[in-house]
Amino acid sequence: MSDVEIRDLHKCFGKLEVLRGIDFTVESGQVVCVIGPSGSGKSTLLRCVNLLERPTSGKVFVDGVELTDPDVDIDAARRRVGMVFQQFNLFPHLTALRNVTIAQERVLRRSRAEAESVARTDLARVGLADKADAYPAQLSGGQQQRVAIARALAMNPALMLFDEPTSALDPELVGDVLTVMRQLAEEGMTMLVVTHEMAFAREVADRVVFMDGGTIVEEGPPGQVIGAPRHERTRTFLRRVLNPTHVDTDGA
Amino acid sequence: MTVPGAEPAARARLSPRERQRISRGVQYAILVAAIVALALLADWPAIRQAFLNAEVAAEGLPELFTVALKNTVIYTFTGFALGFALGLLLALMRLSPVAPYRWIAAVYVEVFRGLPALVIFLMISALPLAFPSFWLPGGVYGMAALGLGLVSASYMAETFRAGIQAVPKGQMEAARSLGMPYMRAMISIVIPQAIRIVIPPLTNELVLLFKDSSLVLFLGVTAGQVELAKFGNDQSSTFASPTPILVSGITYLIITIPLGYLARRLEARRDGR
Ligand SMILES: Nc1ncnc2c1ncn2[C@@H]1O[C@H](COP(=O)(O)OP(=O)(O)OP(=O)(O)O)[C@@H](O)[C@H]1O
Ligand SMILES: [Mg+2]
Repeated sequence: MSDVEIRDLHKCFGKLEVLRGIDFTVESGQVVCVIGPSGSGKSTLLRCVNLLERPTSGKVFVDGVELTDPDVDIDAARRRVGMVFQQFNLFPHLTALRNVTIAQERVLRRSRAEAESVARTDLARVGLADKADAYPAQLSGGQQQRVAIARALAMNPALMLFDEPTSALDPELVGDVLTVMRQLAEEGMTMLVVTHEMAFAREVADRVVFMDGGTIVEEGPPGQVIGAPRHERTRTFLRRVLNPTHVDTDGA
Repeated sequence: MTVPGAEPAARARLSPRERQRISRGVQYAILVAAIVALALLADWPAIRQAFLNAEVAAEGLPELFTVALKNTVIYTFTGFALGFALGLLLALMRLSPVAPYRWIAAVYVEVFRGLPALVIFLMISALPLAFPSFWLPGGVYGMAALGLGLVSASYMAETFRAGIQAVPKGQMEAARSLGMPYMRAMISIVIPQAIRIVIPPLTNELVLLFKDSSLVLFLGVTAGQVELAKFGNDQSSTFASPTPILVSGITYLIITIPLGYLARRLEARRDGR
């Protein structure tokens, strides 16, 4: 069974067509990494999957439910999809624990005691059991991002979306977040990850999708897309990412 | 250069600093002259007798505090509470995807910001005349809260709107991505942060309301319902002395100056972070 199915997805912002017909699926328990240059529509794709952005046309199925169906209860559907943002987006007025409990209580109607017990388990899962009472401003970027992961996990999502979860982090903090994500993947979480961490994609992803200009240029196992890309655009992109100081001559 | 007749040239040669020093000196001279003139011309014993009459001032105690100040505080806080609730509602309407809500809120804000508070109080005092069955809980207290609430709601609506818009968009998105409906996300996530942002302007609004509570005197109040301004005015007629008015003025300042100071401190602390 596929957890995510996207059919002929288009998204326009006014005259700008950012997604030009995207088709792909993520099977249950799979990790799919989306790579591509800035502005290629990666974030927009992810945001269309949980309808933070309303697709212009096309269909999105998550966990068997068509989210693009106008009659679907979008709030109920979103509960099954966790999202982790580049800028963490923790609630700054709440402690780490409260960040993780508030939606459980307000949305899933769990009792305070139950929500806190779930939250403590998930904070321990991301290695932050001792930071439950800290406010986001008192945590490092890497710790904030891990709290954000715990916050999403506490809702028991069937699918986790990650939008460049390590791009806003200092290099020495990236590892902790990737470790947590690797562990999630091993536990069998279905994940759709936009990332520039090629080593992570190579090691963890079941499939890699390369996007450029609002379309999928190529996709396949990481060994192929990252290791032996077929398309020139993929090769150019990878050269830039893997060797940023290299002056690209843009020649064959 | 030192020839007296070459004065314009000499003046032109003054450095900016020298020119500033001379200008400053002239300003001090004018100030001193004004103070001396005032001290010589004013009838000090008469002024002291009129404005600083301790016996008359003592006549107002303890009612100045137990009745007048107490009522001023009651009018201010009930008006503030009503304005807060209505202002928040109007701000949410202003940001609503439903266009008519936006229009209603916009019209309300324009109308009530454009009217003098006094006109609103006169309207409210006329309501029971026009509709004999008109009834508000709390009598004068209810009417005062309504008047001050209607006036302050228009200002608070704009303040809340700015505060809500100052909360980063990612906060709403994170809340929605956790399955919270729009209103739930507003109430649990966005509004608590917006209120923190608008505490300094709301404190300023409280100062304004504290002063505007004097308009309650147009609602026709009984002796037990008087606030500071009317209390001072009534005492002043009774004793044929302006001292009580000065005393109630000072009582306002005892509250408004520290509150204004607090608002500026909160603002500095917020912006400093
Ligand atoms: N809300 C919006 N309104 C208008 N244009 C938008 C909006 N969101 C994104 N875009 C545009 O859509 C295009 C794709 O944006 P998107 O954020 O999906 O790219 P991305 O692949 O995630 O890039 P990056 O790697 O920089 O995050 C960009 O040209 C961007 O300017
Ligand atoms: Mg992006």
